[in-house]
Amino acid sequence: MSALLSIQNLSKTFYLDSHEVKAVQDVSFDVAQGECLAIVGESGSGKSTIANLVLGIYPSTGGEMRYGGEALPDRRDLSHRRAIQLVQQNPLSSLNPKRKVGASIRLALDVHQIGPSGQRNARVGDLLEEVGLPREFADRSPAALSGGQRQRVAIARALACESELVVLDEPTSALDVLVQARVLRLLLQLKERRNLTYIFITHDLAVVRNIADQVAVFEKGRLVELSETETLFASPKAPYTRNLISAVPVVDQHEIQLRDKLAGEGHA
Amino acid sequence: MSAPTLDIRDLTLSFKGYTGTTQVLHGISLQIQRGERVALVGESGSGKSVTARIVLGLLQELKQARIRGEVVFEGKELNGLSNRDRHALRGTKMSMVFQDPTSSLNPVYTIADQFHEVLKRTRPDIRSDQSRDLAETMLQDVSITESKRVLDSYAFQLSGGMNQRVMIAMALANEPSMLIADEPGTALDVTVQAQTLKLMHNLVEKHGTSVLFISHNLGVVREFADQVYVIYKGKIVEKGRTEQLFAAPGHPYTRALMAAVPRITGGGVAEIEETSESFFEPMVVHGAEAAE
Repeated sequence: MSALLSIQNLSKTFYLDSHEVKAVQDVSFDVAQGECLAIVGESGSGKSTIANLVLGIYPSTGGEMRYGGEALPDRRDLSHRRAIQLVQQNPLSSLNPKRKVGASIRLALDVHQIGPSGQRNARVGDLLEEVGLPREFADRSPAALSGGQRQRVAIARALACESELVVLDEPTSALDVLVQARVLRLLLQLKERRNLTYIFITHDLAVVRNIADQVAVFEKGRLVELSETETLFASPKAPYTRNLISAVPVVDQHEIQLRDKLAGEGHA
Repeated sequence: MSAPTLDIRDLTLSFKGYTGTTQVLHGISLQIQRGERVALVGESGSGKSVTARIVLGLLQELKQARIRGEVVFEGKELNGLSNRDRHALRGTKMSMVFQDPTSSLNPVYTIADQFHEVLKRTRPDIRSDQSRDLAETMLQDVSITESKRVLDSYAFQLSGGMNQRVMIAMALANEPSMLIADEPGTALDVTVQAQTLKLMHNLVEKHGTSVLFISHNLGVVREFADQVYVIYKGKIVEKGRTEQLFAAPGHPYTRALMAAVPRITGGGVAEIEETSESFFEPMVVHGAEAAE
């Protein structure tokens, strides 16, 4: 598998009045086409900074990013912006409250000139159906939808651009567990159907275990562990990873055993 | 057995709107014994947060709310009290920790000022230097080592986890007999959430505080509660001691909630039905009813 996104020695330092914050320090990893890479860490670990750098929201202060073999510049043009899409944590703030959800999705089609304009409304309906919502929802405003439905709209909008890479920044952490399970299933189905590549940012290792192919663990701006999901949970190397896993609230005996086993190894 | 701290009997709630009334709670009964930690678990819209607000006496003030049934707190029937009497209980005999600590603290007062405000509820004459000393010890109880800096800070200068601990310390400042915790820590990182819950667990144990713990995540509940009530569409569908309920969840809805929690042992994401006839099956009760 070739790398769709390749990150080499990426750094980002924010210069504040009195001091500097090294948000991301010398980070390298690859994301293969069709893969889901999870980026995990606590608040302040630099995981959202990575997302913003990949999306080109601000320039890096060092290192290089390549997308499909070509270097990603600091200033992105429309095609770059179309290629990499974002789904944020809180759809209530990422969707325009004054716009009907259909109009929000259509705007993505208009900006990127996707399909003949006469067919775009029909396309909006198709996209809503693809994320499991009725076509008629195009005429609703975000306030008239539940949290899970709003997140589906945000996903539909990201799909509208027919991008290959979607950055998911804590897409389910504002949802309750039942809705979370449904949205995660949808994300897995879409990934399969459209051969999408995900960068999935979260602090919840239990979600990661069930959705990611590879996991990158961040602590204070540094990449402390990068491995396949199976390997990471079977034998986490970094003590920090172990901590993150053992903080997950568990419900069944198998999980308690795994957690106790990891805790035991931690003390050995 | 002594009288429970909280005894909710056949509580119903409906809201009057433009188009008629909407029934929200369909007769809920729930008991919390002294020093017991009871969890009320359900999805968004199940009625768990409105139950907490009725116990706090907040919904009784709302004109559109129609409340029937009994809510007996330490022998007092809350629905029969005046707003004034209910207000006297809040922040003194019962207190609350909210989901998002940063937005529940006042942004324009320092933590020390807010502590003073809280302590004045039970000790109207307390001076600010006295309240400061008390607050310092209380912050140490929630493992805040740099209590001086925290007391002089505003909420926005502290991290979410720090604010949550401040909230817990404030909620317990007047030694209430009952603490209501509405999804505490949901807005926090898993690691911080785990620490916060552990801390809260130890504190309420030490003070013998009863807790009504509201959550949608069974994993969190298992770590914290002695007793679990599962609520679905305004009805209790299952209740029992935590170990029993987790060992053998009996109601189809509880099983769906359980399946929805992602496992660190893997197994993929469960397929969860939107709704099902079986979710409306009668309540499953664990353990001997005779004990009540």
